[in-house]
Amino acid sequence: MKSLLSGNEAIARGCYEFGLHIATAYPGTPSTEILENISQYKEIYSEWAPNEKVAFEVAMGATFEGARSLVAMKHVGVNVAADPFMSVSLVGAPGGLIVVSADEPGMHSSQNEQDNRTYAKFAGYPCIEPSDSQEAKDFIATALDVSVEFDVPVLFRMTTRVCHSKGIVELGDRKSYKVKGFQKNPKKFVVLPAHARVRRLWAIERLKKLQDFCETSPLNKIEMGETSFGVITSGIDYHYVKEIVPNASIFKLGLTYPLPIKKIREFSKSVDRLFVVEELDPFLEEQIKAAGVPCEGKAFWPLAGELTPEKVEDGFVKAGVIKSSTSKREKDDVIPRLPIFCPGCPHRGLYYSLKKLKATVSTDIGCYTLGVLPPLESGDMCVEMGASIGMAVGMSKARGDAKGIVATIGDSTFLHSGMTGLLNAVNDNAGITIVIADNSITAMTGGQQHPGSGKHLQGHDSHKVQLAKLCQALGVDRIKVIDPYDLDSTQKTLKEEMASDQLSVVITNRPCALFPPENRKKVKQKPFHVDHAKCVGCHTCFKVSCPAISESKEKTEKGLTKSQIDEQLCTGCSVCAQVCPVQAIVVSE
Amino acid sequence: MKNKNILIVGVGGQGVLLASEILCLAALEAGLDTKKSEVHGMAQRGGVVTSHVRMGNKIHSPLIKEGEADIMLAFEAAEALRWIYFIHPAGKAVINDYHLVPPIASMKGFEYPKNPIEKVKKRLDHIQVVSAVEMAKKLKNPKLVNTILIGVLSKSLEIDETIWKRVIKKRVPKGTEELNWQAFLQGRNQN
Repeated sequence: MKSLLSGNEAIARGCYEFGLHIATAYPGTPSTEILENISQYKEIYSEWAPNEKVAFEVAMGATFEGARSLVAMKHVGVNVAADPFMSVSLVGAPGGLIVVSADEPGMHSSQNEQDNRTYAKFAGYPCIEPSDSQEAKDFIATALDVSVEFDVPVLFRMTTRVCHSKGIVELGDRKSYKVKGFQKNPKKFVVLPAHARVRRLWAIERLKKLQDFCETSPLNKIEMGETSFGVITSGIDYHYVKEIVPNASIFKLGLTYPLPIKKIREFSKSVDRLFVVEELDPFLEEQIKAAGVPCEGKAFWPLAGELTPEKVEDGFVKAGVIKSSTSKREKDDVIPRLPIFCPGCPHRGLYYSLKKLKATVSTDIGCYTLGVLPPLESGDMCVEMGASIGMAVGMSKARGDAKGIVATIGDSTFLHSGMTGLLNAVNDNAGITIVIADNSITAMTGGQQHPGSGKHLQGHDSHKVQLAKLCQALGVDRIKVIDPYDLDSTQKTLKEEMASDQLSVVITNRPCALFPPENRKKVKQKPFHVDHAKCVGCHTCFKVSCPAISESKEKTEKGLTKSQIDEQLCTGCSVCAQVCPVQAIVVSE
Repeated sequence: MKNKNILIVGVGGQGVLLASEILCLAALEAGLDTKKSEVHGMAQRGGVVTSHVRMGNKIHSPLIKEGEADIMLAFEAAEALRWIYFIHPAGKAVINDYHLVPPIASMKGFEYPKNPIEKVKKRLDHIQVVSAVEMAKKLKNPKLVNTILIGVLSKSLEIDETIWKRVIKKRVPKGTEELNWQAFLQGRNQN
C-alpha cells in the first residue's frame, strides 16, 4: 500500500515496521511530529521527557536493556543531550539506538543553524541522512541494523525540508523483535576512568570497522552520467541536484560519516571536475580534501541558510558548467505578516504590562518569545532554553541592582531547564522577578504535554506538577499568582515585585487558548465588538496586537479609520476593551 | 504528463495546508508521483503560508524553482502579489478576491497594497479571479472557500472527476461530504 507521508511521519512508520520498542523526545521544531506519530502505534512505548538530556538517558537505559530505541530532538536539543550523547560512545548501544537530530538550515523556527553532522564525527557515530520520506522510513531499518551490529548509537540526521515535505511511501508490516535483556558487565556499562580508557581503544577500533562498512554500504550510491563533472551530495540537496543537472554523474551519500573515501577517490578519477553540494558546513568537502581528493564546494554554494533549487543552480552557473535557465522576476515588497499571539492568548496581557512598566526583560524560548516583536516589544534578550533566569541573575549581579529586571519563562521551558536556574537565583539571593507564563502545555511546537500538563503522551492521566509548590520547595518565599486577562492587577503585582529587593516568582494562571484543542471551547467567552458610535480611531487597541482586531471601513470625522473585531476569532479575553480609552469595545450579547 | 508545479499561497488559518494535502492525495490516486513542501513553525495564525505541490511521472525536488510554477492558487489577494515572482511567464494565477489586512497595517510605514489583483494582472497574462467568499456565503458555509478554490484549480489538472470526488469526500469533516462536493463542482464550473 502507498501512502502520502511527511519525513517525520515516515520515521514513525519505520519505527513501527522495523520493531522499535521505545521512543522518547522533547518537542522541538522540526522534530516534534516524529513522537506524535509514534505514539499512535501502541506496540511502541513512547513518552515526552522534560528535556532532551532526560529523553536521551531514558533511551540509553532502554538500549542497555536490549530494546530497539529511538530518541528524537531538534538540532539545538542535541546540545542539551550532549553529555550522555558523547559519553555513551564508550559504552555502546547493545539493543540499538537511533538519535534523530532534526537540523534547521534557514532557521525557520530556531535560534541557530548548527550543522549536527559534526556531532557524529565528534562522538565517532555513523551519520545516516535520508533525502525524502521513503528513505526516512527505509533508513530506519538500516540504522537499527548498524546500531546493533556495531554496538553504536546512530545519528539519524534530518533537516526541516525532509522532516516537513511529504512524498509517497510504500508501507509494510511490522516485524517483531524481543527485548534481549540486560547483561551485567561493569567494564562496559560503568565508565570509571579505568574502564573508560579500555573502552576508548574499543571505540577507535569500532570506527575503523565502520569505515570498512561504509565502503560497501548500499546507502551510498553512484549514478554515472556524463563525466565532464561529478557531484557528491546527500539529503535534500540530492534532489535539487537531480533537478538542476539531471545528466551529471552523482555520488549520493546516505551514510555521511564515516565517508567511503576509497570509493570517493575512484569516483573523482572518473570525472573531470568534482563538486560537493551540501547545505551549511563544508563537512564532506573538508574531509574529502583532507584525504587528498581535489573537489570544489563552498566556493560556489553558501555557508549560511537553506539550499533551494535556485541556489543549487546559481552555484553550477558560477562554476561555469551550466547556463541559467531561471526567468527571474522582480519581487514585490508586500506588507509583512508577523507571527503574533493568538486571540485569547494569556501572554498578551503579560507582555503588554511589561512594556508599560519598562522592565528589562530576559526572556526565553516559546510562543512568548513573540512578545519581543512590535508592537509589544517586550523582551531584551533570548538565547537558548532556560537561559532567562540565569541571565537575569548575572545581569543583576553585574549591575549591583536587581530592581526592574524580569525573567519570563514558559512552564514547559521552566520544567525543561529553568528549575536549576531558579535554584541558583535562590542560592544567590538575587532580587530579580521571575514570571512563569504558565499555559499548561508546550504550545509553540503545537501543544505537547509536559509534567505540568497532567497527561501522558500515550493518553492516560499523569501527575500534574504544581509550579507554586515546586518554587516554594526550591526556596522562593514570595510567590504571586496573576490573571493576565486582568491588566490592572497584573501591572500592580508586577510593579510591586519589580520594586522589591526580594526574589519573587509570579505565575500566570490562564491556559493556552489553542492547545489542547478541547481548551478552545472552554476559553471562548462572549465576543466583543467595536461600538462605532464611540470609537475615535485612536488605534490604542492595535497595541495589544490581536489578530481579531483590524481596521474597518468606517472613518471618524477627522478621517481616522475605526477599528473592528472579528467575532469569530475573538475569544472575549477583554484585554483590548481594558486598553480602549473611550470604552468603545463592548461585549456582544 | 509533464510535471506540474502548483504553488498555493495564503494566510495561516485559511486552509492552505489542507488544500495542498488534497491535491497530493488526488495525484497519488491518479497514479502520479507527487511531493509537497511547506514549513511549519513560527507561522501560526496570521502568518504567511505557502505550500509547494508538484506532480508528474517522477518528482525529485519538493520545492518548485523560482519562476517555474505553472499555477498559483492564492487564497488572498496581497499574497498573490507577494508570490507572483514564482510563476512561470506562461503560467496562470487563480486568485480569491479577498483582502485580509494584517494588524500591522495600522502602524506607520506599513501599508496593505492598493488593488493587488490589478497589479498582478499587469504582470501576468493568465489570471482568473474567483469570488469564493461570496460563493461560500451563498452555500451558507464560510468554510467552503477552500473546497471551491480547489474546484477551480482542478480544471487545470488532468485528474478524473471521480478521483476528486473520492478524495474530497474522504478528507472533509463528516456530515459535510455532499456540501463540499457541491462546492467543489461550483468552483470547477467557474469560467
